[in-house]
Amino acid sequence: MKALSIRGLTKTYRNGVQALSGIDLDVDEGDFFALLGPNGAGKTTTIGIIMSLVTKSGGAVSVFGHDIDRELDLAKSCIGLVPQEINFNQFEKVFTIIVNQAGFYGLPRRLALERAEKYLRQLQLWDRRDTIARSLSGGMKRRLMIARALVHEPRLLILDEPTAGVDIEIRRSMWSFLRSINAQGTTIILTTHYLEEAESLCRHIAIIDGGRIIVNDTMAGVIRKLAQETFVLNLREPIAEPPPLPGYAARMTDGHTLEVEVSKEQSLNDIFSRLSQGGIEVVSMRNKVNRLEELFMRLVESKGAAGAGRG
Amino acid sequence: MDAAAEGARTLARIRRVGFQTMMRREYGRIIRIWGQTLVPPAVTATLYFIIFGSLIGRRIGTMGGYDYMQYIAPGLIMMAIISNSYGNVVSSFFGAKFGKHIEEMLVAPLPNWLIVLGYVSGGVLRGLLVGVVVTIVTLFFTRIPVEHPLLVIASVLLTSVVFSLGGFFNAIFAKNFDQISWFPTFVLTPLIYLGGVFYSVSLLPSWAERLSYFNPILYMVNAFRHGFLGTSDVDLRFAFAVMAAFAAAMYAVVVTLMNRGTGIRE
Repeated sequence: MKALSIRGLTKTYRNGVQALSGIDLDVDEGDFFALLGPNGAGKTTTIGIIMSLVTKSGGAVSVFGHDIDRELDLAKSCIGLVPQEINFNQFEKVFTIIVNQAGFYGLPRRLALERAEKYLRQLQLWDRRDTIARSLSGGMKRRLMIARALVHEPRLLILDEPTAGVDIEIRRSMWSFLRSINAQGTTIILTTHYLEEAESLCRHIAIIDGGRIIVNDTMAGVIRKLAQETFVLNLREPIAEPPPLPGYAARMTDGHTLEVEVSKEQSLNDIFSRLSQGGIEVVSMRNKVNRLEELFMRLVESKGAAGAGRG
Repeated sequence: MDAAAEGARTLARIRRVGFQTMMRREYGRIIRIWGQTLVPPAVTATLYFIIFGSLIGRRIGTMGGYDYMQYIAPGLIMMAIISNSYGNVVSSFFGAKFGKHIEEMLVAPLPNWLIVLGYVSGGVLRGLLVGVVVTIVTLFFTRIPVEHPLLVIASVLLTSVVFSLGGFFNAIFAKNFDQISWFPTFVLTPLIYLGGVFYSVSLLPSWAERLSYFNPILYMVNAFRHGFLGTSDVDLRFAFAVMAAFAAAMYAVVVTLMNRGTGIRE
């Protein structure tokens, strides 16, 4: 069954801005799905429409077979949302926020109390249950919103930039938690600016730009489309000029650091053997940017250039 | 089991528990900030009874066949109920909009008519609690008979529903805190004071008396006063019809605005 099915979704705001120009998207039950795009691409508008926070201009959305035009409340009962911005009552206690949200989804009081404890413990907030939410740290507030979204154990969890502004340790622990939730059967849709996060967690990906889906594939399939990667090589001894590497675009960023662009048809072995012949020793190597990020930037840039050409 | 029947059962449970949760939250809020919700009406009523009841009222004598203190008591109770029902909903709903936590309810499977009902019930609850507090204060100053208890209850409920809906309407359109104090200051308070709380409209010049009949609060105060004292400036059936019509029309308008997303959705 499709956890989410979107057909021909359009949105034009009152000021005339067309945020979505006809989106088609399917997310299978049990998937871990990334929805990526630059700022203003239409990600949050899409999520807003699914959650009825934004009124669509056209098209159809259904969640586990429940059309949002005909069965909005049943559709919403299947979803948990972790929004981009803090949107709980900052003057409430942590525990109260979770228990109230459980009530809004129809959980009887006793079950609401049990679930609130379960998810506050899982997200390491149980010790803070009596704290007024305003005084939590940024990372704790994010985790509180995840606990709140999970308290009714939704079949579909939508996270809109859940790790924005949290440190790497908390981000990694959130990843591990989300993986375990997904392994238990919850479908997850994630938007994020950290492309490493999407590559690490998600099995399918859609890239949205200018209100249109420009890529919709498996993560592996998308990565395979990456025709070229840039590697950063750290050299043991400094050199003044880039070594001769015919067929490769190479440049020095400083005496110890060489950047080389390598296409799919080329080989790293070839580069290493040429460098060895020149007496240049490489001590370490890394991708200049995350692979998905590279692809993302190329896609968005090429679309931008095509748009400029058209204009 | 039939999927449609199961869906209907699920929604019925969500709505029942959702409404209980809204009520529990509103009650918790009223009690938690009791210094802002329950104490000020008691202080205000005490001052009114001391100044208008004891000091000035003694020189006025009787009104409508009752001691002046007894005559103004129902009006003062109703005044507190009106302003607190209104104030509870306008501050609670606008606060939720301002702090964005209204989204907690908007993304939940709660229909708009139920969200409105939840907030309005919170306003009615505060109106009732404040009504009880002010009635207790009243009993320190005077004894008031209760001629028609059902009329007292019905007029309190209808009035607090109308003004809770008024608060909701104000909060939907308000964009800042100034805009939630504008209506109570410049419209509600004058209408309350000119609505026969402190006097019988029969004492007014005829043009002012006729004008007073356009003030809906006059009907509420008089219906309530009739419940206690058995005396009224207006026809009771007409008074209840006015209140019920206002309640039904305002509920329909507010739910329609919510469905259209006015003030809350893009």
